[in-house]
Amino acid sequence: MEVSRRTANLLGGGGGGRGLNLKETELCLGLPGGGGGSEVAPEAPKANGKRGYSETVDLKLNLHTKEPATLDLKDMPIKNGLKEKNLLASADSTKDPAKPPAKAQVVGWPPVRSYRKNMMSNKNNKDEGSTDQKTSTASAVAFVKVSMDGAPYLRKVDLKMYNSYDQLSDALGKMFSSFTMGNYGAQEMIDFMNESKLMDLLNSSEYVPTYEDKDGDWMLVGDVPWEMFVESCKRLRIMKGSEAIGLAPRAMEKCKSRS
Amino acid sequence: MSEEDGDHHSSEATSTNSLSGSHPPDQVLETVLESVLQFLTCRRDRNAASLVCRSWHRAEAFTRSELFIGNCYSVSPARAFARFSKVRSIYIKGRPRFADFNLMPHNWGAHFRPWVSAMARAYPWLEKVYLKRISLTNDDLALLADSFHQFKELELVFCEGFGTRGLSKVAYNCRQLRVLDLSDTEVTDDNVDWISCFPEDETCLESLVFDCMENDINFDALERLVARSPLLKKLRLNRYASMRQLYQLLLRAPQLTHLGTGSFGLIENIQNLDDNQECNYYYSAFAACTSLVCLSGFKDVMPVYLPSIHPVCANLTSLNFSYTNINPQQFRSVIVHCHKLQTLWILDSVCDEGLQAASETCKDLRELRVFPVDADEDIEGPVSEVGLQAISEGCRKLQSILYFCQRMTNEAVIAMSRNCPDLLVFRLCIMGRRQPDSVTGKPMDEGFGAIVKNCQKLTRLAVSGLLTDKAFWYIGQYGKLVRTLSVAFAGDSDMGLRYVLEGCPRLQKLEIRDSPFGDAALHAGAHRYYNMRFLWMSSCRVSRQGCEEIARSMPRLVVELVRYDGEEGSFMEGDSNSFTVLYAYRSLEPPRNDAPESVTIL
Repeated sequence: MEVSRRTANLLGGGGGGRGLNLKETELCLGLPGGGGGSEVAPEAPKANGKRGYSETVDLKLNLHTKEPATLDLKDMPIKNGLKEKNLLASADSTKDPAKPPAKAQVVGWPPVRSYRKNMMSNKNNKDEGSTDQKTSTASAVAFVKVSMDGAPYLRKVDLKMYNSYDQLSDALGKMFSSFTMGNYGAQEMIDFMNESKLMDLLNSSEYVPTYEDKDGDWMLVGDVPWEMFVESCKRLRIMKGSEAIGLAPRAMEKCKSRS
Repeated sequence: MSEEDGDHHSSEATSTNSLSGSHPPDQVLETVLESVLQFLTCRRDRNAASLVCRSWHRAEAFTRSELFIGNCYSVSPARAFARFSKVRSIYIKGRPRFADFNLMPHNWGAHFRPWVSAMARAYPWLEKVYLKRISLTNDDLALLADSFHQFKELELVFCEGFGTRGLSKVAYNCRQLRVLDLSDTEVTDDNVDWISCFPEDETCLESLVFDCMENDINFDALERLVARSPLLKKLRLNRYASMRQLYQLLLRAPQLTHLGTGSFGLIENIQNLDDNQECNYYYSAFAACTSLVCLSGFKDVMPVYLPSIHPVCANLTSLNFSYTNINPQQFRSVIVHCHKLQTLWILDSVCDEGLQAASETCKDLRELRVFPVDADEDIEGPVSEVGLQAISEGCRKLQSILYFCQRMTNEAVIAMSRNCPDLLVFRLCIMGRRQPDSVTGKPMDEGFGAIVKNCQKLTRLAVSGLLTDKAFWYIGQYGKLVRTLSVAFAGDSDMGLRYVLEGCPRLQKLEIRDSPFGDAALHAGAHRYYNMRFLWMSSCRVSRQGCEEIARSMPRLVVELVRYDGEEGSFMEGDSNSFTVLYAYRSLEPPRNDAPESVTIL
């Protein structure tokens, strides 16, 4: 119980501060501290835990949805990969509403062809989570392979490009949205609200992200603070919840032993 | 100096010489003439030769094997093929270039059908077809594949309207196919595995380019095809090609000279190698490709793999990173090896720093294109006048530049005009509309003025930023060889356009959008339009009446008015006197009958 509350504290605590419209989303990775940082929010555990819980109760566990999936930090709905290979998503869907209002857009200006614009907007989607692209590889990088069960290709991500589980979750969602088969929506991460919800998820056929840490153990993503995760993660694998069931208890134990 | 196939001029200039050609001496003369003229390859020379007299006209027509149609509506297939009876290769251009930017409806025209039907009858020995901005269907490709038994080369650039079914017909029927190149062309997925349709024996394939295709292909079939194509030199994969697939193809075809690497980042979920091992494999595959001179692709690049191309960098003359979103450091680590580079296409993600690195190494650079990652106004751009200046200082042999940026200064442009006097093509796109010099706040007139003044070989110019009529005065005054001019959001008054129309004798293609030029300027240029390929004016100040007057006074000029809302992607309702685009071109034919309802032909 202690562990689960602590977990809830770690991960649900940021809920209040995030200001996201949680109703619109399914599960996001509950990051300690929410949007910007990764420190544990210094609020009283009880209040946060409760608030986090009640907020998340309202979440639709809509992992099969065809609606825009993960909400990113900028409150921007991302279209998931229904038309997996349809490049012709409108470039406008990537406009950041937080930018100052621009001049009225003019057709055909600047004179860049749609094909090129669409290719670039797809790439921009992927890099959205990074804070400063220019310096990302000048400093140390933390490339890890990411595979998703059932997807034909795997990707690599540089964990140093992201500051939070949310950003990582977005990036992965976009990356693998084009590989998802059938009715699955974009990849969502799990939110450790409480043990029973977690167990529900792991019993289902939804996808959960897992990672291999320095010790060679496979863990559920999201159980440790972000920086610790970046340091210890060697490889990511997005697998079916039912396969990940064996990992959950270990996650709890490690958490216990660390805290 | 017409760029056309000489049709227009020669029909007007046909002399009254009466060499009847029925006497033996004249026949001998013509035979001699033919055997000499067949060596003339340049079409402008041929056009000139055809104007000498009737005899030369005939002989030239008889020996012309490459036919260039710069505007598919300027002449009908019947007329063109009646004159030239021995054509083996044909090059047809359709839509005007600004149509690429959503300014014209998709069904505007430029259909291949009438041409291929006529060709099937007139030139059964046809070997090569090159189409640019043409709409063609699967049936057209089927007809092509069925009609020409010696067909060897098909190149489609900025085309659309067909799918993999048409491709499969070409692959299957054209047994002597050497070149199948699809560039920037939309191909619909008809669910046909066209790669498997190539014949099972050894092929003559020299070039297979499909990097623009947005559908998966049967990789195993492709690998087998490459294995049985010993002459293959050019292979450009699409972005669905994974690293493993690329690797395997490289092993099969180390003789390649031109390679499109596909994604250069997709990794299949079966490999269990670590980064170093992988890179080593790719590195050794590239090291075996000692003939590689042109590299492109990288459409979904994993920067960690870039070092594997280092073995070929020293020999590269052409590198296309224009879909490759890499930072300056990643770019530098590649470009620093590319001493022989002549053509470089990149994204502005490499920043001014990356351009600096290129300028330090690529002393032989002839063509540079810098595309924007973010084609937006009102943002901070990563490249600026600094990058342009660096390039001008390092790459003195530069001939062609296309540069998208968010800020620019006259000083940098003037520097380029001085450092790179060999420039033939100068296309600067300052993305903020009417944006002045970002340091002085003045218009960009002096910069572009210096370009036309100092770069005396300049044939193509695209201007942008804040420009007054003065800039156009410079262009008219100094741009004596300019053939193509692109103008957007520039100028103050009709005088601007008048300076250009009155001053540039070689002007062939004039495309203008959103500039304050009206009927007076339009009429001032009437004496030029028969000598130009086309005039495009969109969202300017010309009126329907002004256009009607021009159309009336120039019977051989087809004047099209297009009412198209690019934003909505549809025909514009509203009063019939308003229009968005004026597109006027000379033609020997009556106005076409295949125009959609959004087009009115005066």
